[in-house]
Amino acid sequence: MPDTSVILNAAAIQRALTRIAHEIAERNVNGTEVALVGIPAVGDHLAFRLGKILTEIWKHPVHVGSLDVSMHRDDLDHRAAPTVHPTVVPFDVNGKVVVLVDDVLFTGRTTRAAMDALNDFGRPKYIQLAVLVDRGHRELPIKADFVGKNLPTRANEKVFVQLTEDNHATDEVILGKK
Amino acid sequence: MSWNRKHLLDIESLTAEEILTVLDTARGFKAVGERAIKKVPALRGKTVINLFVEPSTRTRISFELAEQRLSADVINFSTEASSFKKGETLKDTAKNLEALNADFIVIRHSASGAPHFLSRVVNASIINAGDGAHEHPSQALLDAFTIRERKGKIAGLNVTILGDILYSRVARSNIWALTKLGAKVTLCGPSTLVPKTFEQMGCRVTHDVDEALREADIIHLLRIQHERQRKTMFPSIGEYTSLFGLNKARLAKTKPDALIMHPGPINRGVEIDSEIADCERSVILQQVTNGLAVRMAVLFLVNGGKNSPDIAV
Repeated sequence: MPDTSVILNAAAIQRALTRIAHEIAERNVNGTEVALVGIPAVGDHLAFRLGKILTEIWKHPVHVGSLDVSMHRDDLDHRAAPTVHPTVVPFDVNGKVVVLVDDVLFTGRTTRAAMDALNDFGRPKYIQLAVLVDRGHRELPIKADFVGKNLPTRANEKVFVQLTEDNHATDEVILGKK
Repeated sequence: MSWNRKHLLDIESLTAEEILTVLDTARGFKAVGERAIKKVPALRGKTVINLFVEPSTRTRISFELAEQRLSADVINFSTEASSFKKGETLKDTAKNLEALNADFIVIRHSASGAPHFLSRVVNASIINAGDGAHEHPSQALLDAFTIRERKGKIAGLNVTILGDILYSRVARSNIWALTKLGAKVTLCGPSTLVPKTFEQMGCRVTHDVDEALREADIIHLLRIQHERQRKTMFPSIGEYTSLFGLNKARLAKTKPDALIMHPGPINRGVEIDSEIADCERSVILQQVTNGLAVRMAVLFLVNGGKNSPDIAV
């Protein structure tokens, strides 16, 4: 990839996730009602990593799921069909504090689709949003509750989050051109 | 992920990658059917017309439910209520449906090639729900989905299709799909219904039923299509059953983990013993469940295919 720069390396990603986990724990005193729901293809891996850290903080297991948003997107009439990822929500979301986890917050449209998709599973008490990178350029009134790194970008740039779970050699957040 | 087609007309023109895209997509849609709320808004505001110019129960119901679960508006148009009896041509009927702003037309027709014809005369996306003895693509896709779900793979499996191959669009679509995905397909049945010419499609033809079943991982049974046979192709149903029907004795000589499939409707006591149809190796009802997911996936992909920059027809 030409014209790219590494924004976060593996250690920085780990630090960001640890901080987000502590912020989630600080905000939600009652950890037993918190569930993490990641948005594939990267947010689900981040949700599992956050779940592990929170399990250590709270000393009890934390519910983690993954939520496909492709069927709830608002741009299905303007693009080729998106890849459909598995949805696994192995717990009742009713009354829970659901923390949606995504890798990059950009226009906010994926988050909107995720809230819509989550609604089909029940009515959470709260929905909160955790993202590794907030790159700006929102098109909807959506704001993250927990942010790993605020990254000012140009519209024609793209943020790639590469994780070892997806067979990348190392964890990295990269800023590149579209 | 690669799907840039506006229509689903047949399996013959699909690549292995496109077939796998449908199967992967269908996995997500199968999960939707297992939730409390079984509906997603993917086709909200779209109009789908089910144009069934030939009788069908399960395929029409499956498509109709798939469309409703994608939040589309659905209209059913069947032979009994249609204007075909009043002399309207297929083209005019389709043009009228298009004038109602139909986005998709799901067509079942007794004439081979009817969906291809429609795709050239109307702007709506056309989905072939079975055309004559030509193809039944959604059936082959759901069969492939079921095989992959149960066996974990398709490449390298021995699939035996047993029965009326000559008149079967299910057989043709399955042969295309399974050979593209690397399965070894064997066809078996009375020589009048399983001519050697099918070998040109890349499969093996035999008339020895025990030999055809011995190494099979998948036993795919087909119904005798009485409605398509102009004259009797074999002496009697009873003789067909005794020579080619799947009974306990024949099943005992097959691999113990061979799956039994059938696109339905089954004729109990003809091509399959009643007990065998209900045994645990039979995945006939799972095929029905999977058919819904696969048809949702097809509609979802075709809807996106309309918007592809490099659209393929």
